[in-house]
Amino acid sequence: MELHDIWFVLIAVLWIGYFFLEGFDFGIGVLTKLLARDRKERRVLINTIGPVWDGNEVWLLTAGGATFAAFPEWYATLFSGFYLPLLIILLCLIVRGVAFEYRAKRNEERWQTNWENAIFWTSLIPAVLWGVAFGNIVRGVKIDADMEYVGNFFDLLNPYAILGGLVTLFLFTFHGAVFAALKTAGDIRVRARALAIKLGLATAVLALGFLLWTQAVSGDRWSLVALIVAVVALVAAIGAIAKGREGWSFTFSGLTIVAAVAMLFLTLFPNVMPSSLNEAWNLTVTNASSTPYTLKIMTWCAGIATPMVLLYQSWTYWVFRKRIGTQHIADAH
Amino acid sequence: MDLALAPETLARWQFGITTVYHFLFVPLTISLAALTAGLQTAWVRTNNEKYLRATKFWGKLFLINIAMGVVTGIVQEFQFGMNWSDYSRFVGDIFGAPLAFEALIAFFFESTFIGLWIFGWDRLPKKIHLACMWMVSLGTILSAYFILAANSWMQHPVGYRINEERGRAELTDFWKVLTQDTAVTQFFHTITAAFLVGGAFMVGIAAFHLARKKHIPVMRTSLRLGLVTVVIAGLLTAVSGDMLAKVMFRQQPMKMAAAEALWDGQDRAPFSVFAYGDVSEGHNSVEISLPGVLSFLANNDPNSYVPGINDINRELEEKYGPGDYRPNIPVAFWSFRWMIGFGMASFGLGLLGLWLTRKKFLLPPAMRTGEDEVPNLVLFRNKALSPKLTKLYWLTALWTLLFPLIANSWGWIFTEMGRQPWVVYGVLQTRDGVSPGVSQGEILTSMILFTLLYAVLAVIEVKLLVKYIKAGPPELTESDLNPPTRINGHDDEDADRPMAFSY
Repeated sequence: MELHDIWFVLIAVLWIGYFFLEGFDFGIGVLTKLLARDRKERRVLINTIGPVWDGNEVWLLTAGGATFAAFPEWYATLFSGFYLPLLIILLCLIVRGVAFEYRAKRNEERWQTNWENAIFWTSLIPAVLWGVAFGNIVRGVKIDADMEYVGNFFDLLNPYAILGGLVTLFLFTFHGAVFAALKTAGDIRVRARALAIKLGLATAVLALGFLLWTQAVSGDRWSLVALIVAVVALVAAIGAIAKGREGWSFTFSGLTIVAAVAMLFLTLFPNVMPSSLNEAWNLTVTNASSTPYTLKIMTWCAGIATPMVLLYQSWTYWVFRKRIGTQHIADAH
Repeated sequence: MDLALAPETLARWQFGITTVYHFLFVPLTISLAALTAGLQTAWVRTNNEKYLRATKFWGKLFLINIAMGVVTGIVQEFQFGMNWSDYSRFVGDIFGAPLAFEALIAFFFESTFIGLWIFGWDRLPKKIHLACMWMVSLGTILSAYFILAANSWMQHPVGYRINEERGRAELTDFWKVLTQDTAVTQFFHTITAAFLVGGAFMVGIAAFHLARKKHIPVMRTSLRLGLVTVVIAGLLTAVSGDMLAKVMFRQQPMKMAAAEALWDGQDRAPFSVFAYGDVSEGHNSVEISLPGVLSFLANNDPNSYVPGINDINRELEEKYGPGDYRPNIPVAFWSFRWMIGFGMASFGLGLLGLWLTRKKFLLPPAMRTGEDEVPNLVLFRNKALSPKLTKLYWLTALWTLLFPLIANSWGWIFTEMGRQPWVVYGVLQTRDGVSPGVSQGEILTSMILFTLLYAVLAVIEVKLLVKYIKAGPPELTESDLNPPTRINGHDDEDADRPMAFSY
């Protein structure tokens, strides 16, 4: 296994980490409208991710930075090619981060309602767009001989990618609902479970369609294994939440995300961004990567830093492992 | 295509707007993180409540800032790929690595421990909670280091070779990229300037409260801490600025000649303090200049020769082919002066403030003030500053609160625009770095949207800051003073306790 293969795996791991973690906090954002009945319940939901969403988002920054360093051509083609969707994602992430931090900084109802609306939309839109983006990466886009994207914005809105967007939206919302059931106490926990089952079933239908489509077009033996793991895990997650086993359900909903994203990367390899115009113009782990020297330094850095990150981020989840409910929210703030 | 709306121009404007805006929050974040951690350390060590109130007050202002710093930082990382894809392809092998290091080492640190600090007041033992804030501070400083190493490589590329076949620069010595003199001096200068920002911010706000005789114990402490920070940071900023200037005279002589609007080289070159007329048309209408000072700045020798813009342009034409290698001269000239002027003004007022509030033991007993009184501003032994002058000092401190921030912004404009037309000095011109596949309409759209969003967020941020500044340090509650000493994982009492902090 060469260094650029290792970095392909590491970048896949970073995206898996990002979708696993930010997946549930996007889901919580969407659920502030679907699950919470009043302001107090919305606060409970927001507080379940309060200590961790910022750390979750850094997985994206790291995936971006690592792609820049390990596969500059991929980074350049992807980010300039998917210009408008990325712009929308960026605008959403800006507003979203500010919304979490500023929502409780004033006690007026209008102020807080505005930020809550912002949290909903800025969680929902990126949740869809990431799926659209990955659908396009896997399917291949119009890349010319100079590695430049020559399609337009509407080329990105094809049925396969849109289905991918719906899958990520539903999967993240389901994952978020399970997380809500796991982290809250009282009435809201019961309703989170019930909603999670419905969301899980809808997710199962969409995800099965999307993954089978992917398998049919570009799958191999390994991607089939990942597909089966993803589907089984999803069924197990729905079964577990129906039985009230929230911890198990969250483990399985997380595993669904891990397996599904892994499957996408498996079908991609050894390409990083295939061209739909000409196979010879595909961006691959070889022609898009940095020099072995840069990759070696990066491998050292990742080898030392990643275990530490996992360690202290896990510790955060341990420190804030308590459930929270509306009784924990003081009336005046 | 209309040059004013050419993709390169738009991409440069967008980079300028988003970077300067991002950098309004960065220095305040770096310095307030460390100062808040310092105040919290004082609380943990002394159990003096005023330190806890100060920690909560400055910590809150820090949080309002870092929120904006973090979200505007995401744009910075993405726009290299979005607007400057040819630049990214060319330098990714080198420039990407410190960026990835920044994310892996610094961002994770910062974001994880900030969550622990915000929500951990009653979940973590006191000392571990304090350690979290120091981790945040370390994260902000590490982040600055890696990004400045990356930027320094653009100012002065080292440790690389050009691969003609792949048409890109490739890394040969990463250690050199991290430790070259440009990176080290630029880091030193940026960090010290950041503390100048935080110190002046503290002094201004403390002065505002002291003038109204409110929250005196907390604000006395903050005033002194702010003043000491301003003076030490101001001194070190000047020292590091001088070091950085000398490095730049060697590495980017054009930038420094432009900063002086020195058209033709000369011995005993003067430093022009202020010029009247059009500096882009020559150097003839200068009003005030100090002979020999520029030569001294450049070479530590007032009689040495400093080459001018025309000389350097000729040299660069010989080296890189015919062309215009001059940056925008008026921008370079004025931004350099405004950087120094605003920074020095702040330092001067800090020094004055430190002298006016000097320690109690220097004062005769009659002039000493207690913990809960507004300190006398003392002119000299036995003589206090008159009430009118005192008030004037408070007002000045308040009005100059943003001076170092202005200086920082001009400093970056100078650094980045002074390097033009190069994006990587001597290696890649800015016009060759732009994304070829991105349309004018796309860049224009994003520029307008970012600018509008940033403007709206600026209004919200300033209003929030003003609200919390006016409110002053919070009153303490029982649970603030006696947080649990261990994590109570499983008892029900703990589970039912209201959260000390929540969104």
